[in-house]
Amino acid sequence: MNAVVQAQAESRHLLSGNEAVARAAWEAGVRVAAAYPGTPATEILENIALYPDLYSEWSVNEKVAVEVAIGASLAGSRALAAMKHVGMNVASDAFMTQSLAGVVGGLVIVVADDVGLSSSQNEQDSRYWGRFGHMPILEPADSQEAYEMVKYAFDLSEAYETPVIVRMTTRVCHVKAMVVVEGERIERPVPGFQKNPRRWVMTPANAKPRLPLMHQRDQTLREASEASNLNILSTGSDRRIGFITSGPAFMHVRETFPNAPVLKLGLSHPAPLDKIRSFASQVDTLVVVEETEPLLETEIRAAGLEVHGKDILPRFGELAPSVLRPAIKALLGETHETATRSQAELFPRPPTMCASCPHLGPYFALSHIRNLNIIGDIGCYTLGAGHPWNALDTCISMGASLSMAHGMDKGRGDSDEKKNIVAVIGDSTFLHMGMQGLLNMIYNRGNVTVLLLDNRSVGMTGGQENPGTGEDLHGLPAPRVDFAKLAEALGVRPERIRMVDPYELPTMVKLVREETKMEEPSVIITNRPCSLTDRFERLRAYTVLDDQCTGCGNCIDLGCPAITVARRETVTAKSGKSKELVFAQIDPNTCTGCHMCVETCAPEAIVQPEPQKRVIRIHTHA
Amino acid sequence: MLDRITNILVVGIGGQGVMTAAEMLARTALNQGYDVKKTEVAGMAQRGGVVSSHIRFGPKVYSPQIDAGDADLLIGFEVAEALRWLPHLRPTGVAMVNTLRIAPPIVSAGLFNYPDDPIGELMATGIEVHAFDAGAIAEELGNAKLVNTIMLGAISDHLPFPAEILKINIVEGFRAYKPKLAEVNAQAFDAGRNAGHIKAPLGAR
Ligand SMILES: Cc1ncc(C[n+]2csc(CCOP(=O)(O)OP(=O)(O)O)c2C)c(N)n1
Ligand code: SF4
Ligand code: SF4
Repeated sequence: MNAVVQAQAESRHLLSGNEAVARAAWEAGVRVAAAYPGTPATEILENIALYPDLYSEWSVNEKVAVEVAIGASLAGSRALAAMKHVGMNVASDAFMTQSLAGVVGGLVIVVADDVGLSSSQNEQDSRYWGRFGHMPILEPADSQEAYEMVKYAFDLSEAYETPVIVRMTTRVCHVKAMVVVEGERIERPVPGFQKNPRRWVMTPANAKPRLPLMHQRDQTLREASEASNLNILSTGSDRRIGFITSGPAFMHVRETFPNAPVLKLGLSHPAPLDKIRSFASQVDTLVVVEETEPLLETEIRAAGLEVHGKDILPRFGELAPSVLRPAIKALLGETHETATRSQAELFPRPPTMCASCPHLGPYFALSHIRNLNIIGDIGCYTLGAGHPWNALDTCISMGASLSMAHGMDKGRGDSDEKKNIVAVIGDSTFLHMGMQGLLNMIYNRGNVTVLLLDNRSVGMTGGQENPGTGEDLHGLPAPRVDFAKLAEALGVRPERIRMVDPYELPTMVKLVREETKMEEPSVIITNRPCSLTDRFERLRAYTVLDDQCTGCGNCIDLGCPAITVARRETVTAKSGKSKELVFAQIDPNTCTGCHMCVETCAPEAIVQPEPQKRVIRIHTHA
Repeated sequence: MLDRITNILVVGIGGQGVMTAAEMLARTALNQGYDVKKTEVAGMAQRGGVVSSHIRFGPKVYSPQIDAGDADLLIGFEVAEALRWLPHLRPTGVAMVNTLRIAPPIVSAGLFNYPDDPIGELMATGIEVHAFDAGAIAEELGNAKLVNTIMLGAISDHLPFPAEILKINIVEGFRAYKPKLAEVNAQAFDAGRNAGHIKAPLGAR
């Protein structure tokens, strides 16, 4: 068990922001916590799951997670939902109205923005949601603050009967820093759901009287923000520039300009405009350093203050010291030398699929079939857009593949005349939002071939469980959805539902060929587990017999990272044409013995050697 | 206790143990009473991407990121990655490099080139570079996973606290969770510590 789970009061720990949130949730007496995985938020629930005395679950998507938390709050329990930034788009329908109705037990939404866009499809600023949905926002700058603010968020939520957003970024979630853990869990009485239709049934007649109350709440929250000790002023001797900042950008400001006055906003929405006004009067120039959109800046300017922000700083990415320094020096009219040595010209190292990844088979098939529009989704299989497959044509949001493919089928243009349309989606993404697209396609008599890549894992985010894996967040056995039956129930004809072993390449290619030719929707379901999970069984490595390898390069097209180029030779064929031969080798440490590549090799040069006797080394101690 | 910030950058490829090594350094610094921050950029590290871990410790640490040209130590688990991150090292810094070469598929496919002599390029910068084949030492000790401890041993005489303290932390960690591996990790640490004193090029290709 994780050491911090058993931490004593007043002990120091090295915790990531996500671990700190989990500890805080437990101490705050949270009784229900729900999330859908997503980088950089995934570890929040994984860590909450380690604590006793509270219920936690992987929900099927972020909207469901927030609704689960709302239900618990109405029963009087403290509840938490966690997600990555794009999860808020999915969940917003629920919280936008719950904010109007209010909450009973403290309700906290922890959202992790991927500032710097290291593993997401976009970079969006979740602080908009606080403004849009009339919810206060807390912005921790490091693990210690994440710990303190999450605990406070529950008090704030109950005091003002509002959902509270705790906005993290990658640079808080995944940074490990010192946290002084204070105490123990506080259990509080849970009154149970008190029926009150005028409050909880949001018909127009019931919702309307809540509107002025919500605006009043905004006002009282603004007063709280003015008085809050989370909005702190650090004085500084160099008053040429005063910084207003929030979240981890504060750390970068302090690092870069240790002598400048800084107003740090921990309760950043509603912004304490009076406090800001008085700060402005103490410095020559105001600069707002916020990641990523100019939200505070716009509000401060609207309040009649002169302020710099995105006129001198980038509107996207992290505002690291290396970004701040030149921008501020330029504003001060100082020169800035960059002393850094130039970077060596080097190859990139894009992520690849793993050795024996069950997605390799389907992509081998897709890259060998012509005339396809391949509409994609989000997961490890998105990597199919890259080398060597080049077999994915779109990716926007989770679950979009089936509906977009359907739309592309209905909206075919000249160049699509002879094309077949394929949607590629993973098990978790299908259950998250994809299956509605399938239902829609069936109902509206579409024609798309769906490749449902069931690797029994949320692979992309590190192998979490979902309703298709047979286990829950705690690793306990759970009911497992039957994808074939589900597809049939949604209306796909049983003849068009094909189960396939993705390692059987010839079958894989044949099936995709057949089904794309059909004039009706098909669903092809693969059945091998993600190679990084315990469900995968590692076997003895294969090897390439060098004297048998003809240099055709077929196996290399599979894209298994265990197979690499041994050497290249240019030969002249009888026709006089020169041709490059590519001889393959298999790295025995990387190969997992899945046998997928065997079928790509006509001369049968890929073989599994006889097991060797294990050499046991004995070390004597000198 | 040192009154300035120490910046250590650990780099390599997903799955090599970069993050575990960084965690060990960070915990040891914390135990020594320092304020510590450790941050990773590991886009999709699991799948063969670049991993870099920044560790900063001192009396009080604000930003978790090491600025270009500000690292005191660079620990490279793979030689091209060491080269990639070298500009992050200050001119007086020290680079500890494993000579392992791992070419990604796009290199073996002929789309990009792997540098012929990365150690030579590292040396040409005039920075203090120590390079050795940590994999060979690990193999001699009978376990490829020991590379991690070997690299930590190699850097241990360049830290602002005694090498022994890092060693004890590592070995005790194993004793608590995987007692069978404690002894061999102690050996790996010492072997790394010896190798770390050798300056490149040695076995460097
Ligand atoms: C709305 C939203 N939530 C979460 C994520 C993070 N995320 C990216 S892919 C993915 C799921 C991948 O699982 P699956 O579809 O089973 O494919 P696999 O990675 O296993 O191949 C998740 C949760 C996201 N991009 N968008
Ligand atoms: S993590 Fe699993 S699904 Fe993702 S690339 Fe690796 S084997 Fe494939
Ligand atoms: S058997 Fe072939 S495809 Fe499977 S892991 Fe080994 S090299 Fe890769």
